[in-house]
Amino acid sequence: MSKRIQANDVDVYYGTFKAVEGVNIDIAPRTVTAFIGPSGCGKTTFLRSINRMHEVLPGAHVEGELLLDGENIYASNVDPVRVRSQIGMVFQRPNPFPTMSIRDNVLAGYKLNGTRLSKARADEIVETSLRGANLWNEVKDRLDKPGSGLSGGQQQRLCIARSIAVQPDVILMDEPCSALDPISTLAVEDLINEMKEQYTVIIVTHNMQQAARVADKTAFFNIQGVGEPGKLIEFDETNTIFNNPSNQQTEDYVSGRFG
Amino acid sequence: MSSTVTTTPPTETDLRPRRQESLSGGRKPGWVWIAVLVGAAVIGAGLTLLLAEGFPIAAFLVITAILYVLGMYVATRAMENRRRATDGLWRNLVWLAFLIALAPLVSVLWSVVATGLPTLVNNPHVMAYDMQGVTGVDDSNWIDAGTPAGELAGGFGHALVGTVVITLIATIISVPIGMLTSIYLVEYGRDGWFSRAIIFFVDVMTGIPSIVAGLFAYAAVTWVLEQVMGSRPEALQNVQMGFTAAIALSVLMIPVVVRSTEEMLRVVPNELREGSYALGVRKWQTIAKVVLPTAISGIASGVTLAIARVAGETAPILVTAGFAVNVNWDPFDNWMTALPVFIYRQLVAPTSPTAADPSTARAWAAALVLVAIVMALNLLARVIAKAFAPKSGR
Amino acid sequence: MSTPAPATARESSASLRGSRAGSAGDSIFSGLALASAVVILLVLAFVAIFLVSEALPAIRPGADLDSPVDSFFEYVWPLMAGTVMAAIIALLLATPVAVGVALFISHYAPPRIAKPVGFVIDLLAAIPSVVYGVWGWLTLAPLMVPIYGWLNEHLGFIPFFAGAPTTTGRTLLTSGIVLSVMVLPIITALCREIFTQTPILHQEAALGLGATRWEMIKMTVFPFARAGIVSSIMLGLGRALGETMAVTMVLSGGIFSWSLIQSGRNQTIPSEIALNFPEAFGMRLNELIAAGLMLFIITLAVNMIARAIVNKHKEFSGAN
Repeated sequence: MSKRIQANDVDVYYGTFKAVEGVNIDIAPRTVTAFIGPSGCGKTTFLRSINRMHEVLPGAHVEGELLLDGENIYASNVDPVRVRSQIGMVFQRPNPFPTMSIRDNVLAGYKLNGTRLSKARADEIVETSLRGANLWNEVKDRLDKPGSGLSGGQQQRLCIARSIAVQPDVILMDEPCSALDPISTLAVEDLINEMKEQYTVIIVTHNMQQAARVADKTAFFNIQGVGEPGKLIEFDETNTIFNNPSNQQTEDYVSGRFG
Repeated sequence: MSSTVTTTPPTETDLRPRRQESLSGGRKPGWVWIAVLVGAAVIGAGLTLLLAEGFPIAAFLVITAILYVLGMYVATRAMENRRRATDGLWRNLVWLAFLIALAPLVSVLWSVVATGLPTLVNNPHVMAYDMQGVTGVDDSNWIDAGTPAGELAGGFGHALVGTVVITLIATIISVPIGMLTSIYLVEYGRDGWFSRAIIFFVDVMTGIPSIVAGLFAYAAVTWVLEQVMGSRPEALQNVQMGFTAAIALSVLMIPVVVRSTEEMLRVVPNELREGSYALGVRKWQTIAKVVLPTAISGIASGVTLAIARVAGETAPILVTAGFAVNVNWDPFDNWMTALPVFIYRQLVAPTSPTAADPSTARAWAAALVLVAIVMALNLLARVIAKAFAPKSGR
Repeated sequence: MSTPAPATARESSASLRGSRAGSAGDSIFSGLALASAVVILLVLAFVAIFLVSEALPAIRPGADLDSPVDSFFEYVWPLMAGTVMAAIIALLLATPVAVGVALFISHYAPPRIAKPVGFVIDLLAAIPSVVYGVWGWLTLAPLMVPIYGWLNEHLGFIPFFAGAPTTTGRTLLTSGIVLSVMVLPIITALCREIFTQTPILHQEAALGLGATRWEMIKMTVFPFARAGIVSSIMLGLGRALGETMAVTMVLSGGIFSWSLIQSGRNQTIPSEIALNFPEAFGMRLNELIAAGLMLFIITLAVNMIARAIVNKHKEFSGAN
């Protein structure tokens, strides 16, 4: 189910601007990895390049190798649509489809692709996914109501349910809690901890406590200055990063001396 | 709506001047505007008598309004200060502008309803009959019969049919082209030179005078028919038909559809597209199943408004579809009359040149029906926009 | 269009490579969208080509014109003058009222009536031009007769009000008034939209400085909306220039004259075409199409200027 992500000398561009430079990282299956770093350091940009969402923006492209279980997702004959169906993504702000009910939102990946599901199979997927997102008990009585009627935290968990419904190998999360209140944040963090039993989870966060709470491993990104590309500075066990970092920049950042 | 927030505070201070007294003082008493109004009315009446013969109400109202606005300015300036006086002057002018704008609207609607409705009520059959076989003699007889007269001969059923057929074909041509183009602009164009060129030319198209669109359709169909049938008189005789008119209306309709659809697609948040891509959904399915459903209410109401606009067009149909007196369902054969053209022809060339009243009555009745259709389409557009907007379940 | 379902795709696509089954839909769809865009360009190109090719026989020097004039220019300039005069009258009358109404809706009206008023103004824009034509001809024109008499009597020394006044009211000035009623909602709608977009922060800042409402509008709303107002006026001008039926029905046309209050004077291009096209053939047809081409060029220029103004000021308007 869960796959390994390896990056070899990955550069990410917006047009001619190099936003991220020379990332080498190896993310093991069934782990939670947090990307931390100051604003503009390219952690979100790099995250979006892992499932080829980055190139959705005009002029954006990626150089280097990104391997999913040894297979380069940027090889010329790879279909980005297939990449995205195997590497799911949860966004900063919850974005359930407003024209769809909760149930249809969960099944969106299937419906949009035109897959025919029997009612029983669909119900099963909805229940498993919503249970997987710790949302089932809250919404089971109103599955046919619009997804936009839920609270922010519920919406975000609905988006998580939506992405795990298609059974991806990897789930990317781009600051999934930044728009949520503390209680909803806790609910999503619990969920992330459970999810690593099945998936490779990569989460971008601004909140170092959150990284410490949920991540097995942590990657620190930094930039040298405005207009400079972001770089991966250090990648290690979360404990090591926060308590005994080997790089001075990392230590400055985690101890709150800048950023 | 946003303005409401900002304008509320001043409105309240204006309505409750006493609260301000402690801070500002020097407000003019509440009765001043009544005094100024009475004064303006008296002087206005005098001036009207002096300047015009008789006592035209309109002249009296205009003069009184001008005097009132000036009088309030002077009074405020004397009793308060210059800044408040200027503020009040502009407030009065803005209200005046509103009242002035209201006058023609009320007049137009009143004329149409008051003149058209009696004909429709007394002779409801005008909506079903056509003008075939109706001659000047019928109309003269109707006049001679005096009031209450018998049935008004003929009607504009054929024009209703023409309007429906022509508008329908124009819609069938315009909506797919317009929607696909805006999809290209928003989803595929990526602001390249080509999509910028398209946007520019759609703007140009928006400005094409309707009569020019008619000329174009006429010239284009002439050219096509001459290629097919050879340069013979028959080719020219066949140019004027419902389909040619539909082409002319499409030229007017396509840019409206493109603009409104484009606007609606652009407000669909990118997060939704990304949410769908991230599930491994193909782009065209994302567009068809996420983007379009989200924007559909806006698009539908934009299309309805475009239909309303072209349904009322006269000039392009006048030069492309000729003028028929009988019902014609076939857009590819023979002349066809639309409602606006019928109105125009009845007034310009009455059925009975010596007794124009019946034709005028038919024209007003047709105008009322046309206004009703267009208004109904506009209201429908509003309802669509409201009813099918993405719901938030709270 | 069977796209691999995620569930089944999982089994089959242990590899990411291989055939891009299902991507055919993508190319078909984007191809269709592109084709539609191209169709629009073609239509516009055809409009230009047809107009020019049909107009050329009448425009080229030494053309044997159907009208009793020596050159096409001699035929068309009074029409162009009439068109422009009617449009200018319409704008002079409509602009102050339209901007006022827009301000009324955005900043002055009590919230409860602002919305319905906006709706009613939109409806005014929806009334077909032929209805305005009927109204202008049968209702407005007779009302204007005494006013024209008064204007001629007291202001007859101005060329615009000179000459024996009309007895039917069907003059260029009446046409201009009808046109002004027609362009008013267009200008109002555009201005209102821009006025309401004025950043609330700016407005509150002005009010916070102790500005009266009018000073606030002068300080924040007008600077913000200046380009928008100008371009909305230009778009109104484009509409007034191209409007056919209202003028055709209201104006009893004829030769060019500075007087705005006489019947049987002046004519506009769209109205000339609409009146004569149904009976025209041969060279007359070419003449009318050539006149249409002139109209097309004028309105094109006006609209392009309007767009240029909007685009030039876009970055400063903050309305993105």
